[in-house]
Amino acid sequence: MKFLQTNLPEVETAAELEKMIEENENVMVCCGRMGPMCMPVYDVMEELEDEREDVKFAVMGFDNPEAAIIRNAPETNGFMGLPFTMYYKNGKVAHATSSIQNMQQITSILDEQFAEKV
Amino acid sequence: MIIGAGAAGLTAGIYASRAKLSTLILNEGAVGGQMVLTEEIANYPGVPSTKGYMLANTMKQQAKSFGCKIKSNVKIARYNLEGDIKEVELEDGRSFTARTIILTPGGRPRSLSIPGENQFKGTGISYCATCDGDFFTGKEVVVVGGGNSALEEAVALTQFATKVTIVHQFDHFQAFKHAVEEAQKNPKIEFIMESELRGFYGNGKLENVDIEHLPTGKMSSLKTDGTFIFVGYQPNTESLDGLVKLNERKEIVVDTDLKTNIEGVFAAGDCITKKYRQVTTAVADGTISALSAGKYLSEKQVKQEEILEEQL
Repeated sequence: MKFLQTNLPEVETAAELEKMIEENENVMVCCGRMGPMCMPVYDVMEELEDEREDVKFAVMGFDNPEAAIIRNAPETNGFMGLPFTMYYKNGKVAHATSSIQNMQQITSILDEQFAEKV
Repeated sequence: MIIGAGAAGLTAGIYASRAKLSTLILNEGAVGGQMVLTEEIANYPGVPSTKGYMLANTMKQQAKSFGCKIKSNVKIARYNLEGDIKEVELEDGRSFTARTIILTPGGRPRSLSIPGENQFKGTGISYCATCDGDFFTGKEVVVVGGGNSALEEAVALTQFATKVTIVHQFDHFQAFKHAVEEAQKNPKIEFIMESELRGFYGNGKLENVDIEHLPTGKMSSLKTDGTFIFVGYQPNTESLDGLVKLNERKEIVVDTDLKTNIEGVFAAGDCITKKYRQVTTAVADGTISALSAGKYLSEKQVKQEEILEEQL
């Protein structure tokens, strides 16, 4: 079941997320709602989707029960602001952020955690 | 060329591209501007209650359907607004030129710019009660500000928090009377007046805030699980300072046709000198600025044709 209305692929189950992480070296997943702190992050991801072919971008509904895989991840412990954004490298969480992030913050995390822009 | 893709920029884009002008919107943030910060828009005429992001998305699609090009999340490095051809250079080296420019950079929530604010963003500090209120269920929070947003959001937060403390710099509120009364009669809300926050502290998450009582200068520490900041908006005009005329509040000075002090440069939306900042007023500004820019281009064209005729 879809929870979000974005132009990005939406992960609907924990199994789907695990498969995505397994099949892609670099994955960025923004777990949020259709709210003011989340929308700008989706927008940045949509912009980056064409430029960063080395990264798989996706969203997941925060209210999706299956998103417990992100909500309860040790890396999001203490997070108190939407969205929860996860960066996975080689199947493991490389970085996680809470609350709104801008283009500059996101690209610097991508550059730092993943391979340099192709 | 239009700078900004909030309600004013998108409306200007709709009108300009609909008038068959080659139109580009360059936007530094997310498309929709402050509109997407609004959970519900119930007073936009002709549209039943809707989400801010949905209205923004409709405006974006409308602009694109008329041929308007939109590039968002760009970073503008330089403006050259003088002369017949205006130029905007991006930080990635790309540059764009146009015969006229409409500036609609909008505004953003004002931050406190005090120690710990960046550190605890997302782990205790928030700028959106609707988004993050439920993380503070059963906890105690501080709300900073004294306007309508601060008081309305404080009341909304009492659905989740056990105690909400409003910290405000003056001895009175700027909010509407009904908003003040609703907050004052809420048993979960306490007030600390004539005071300002000076710092955020905690170990991994926010635990304390330092508060200064302004008349006495006395500092105190308040234990808190979260702080919501609603201290108004500021225009995004820093990069335009010194290029176009700004007033003391850093808003762009315009005339009734929304012309700035530079020929061929117009401005609209939350960044200009005006009293009321609503989606409807931004839409009206966007319309006026696009019509004014169109008129400017037509007059320029006629003038150029007259000069050519004289030369021939």
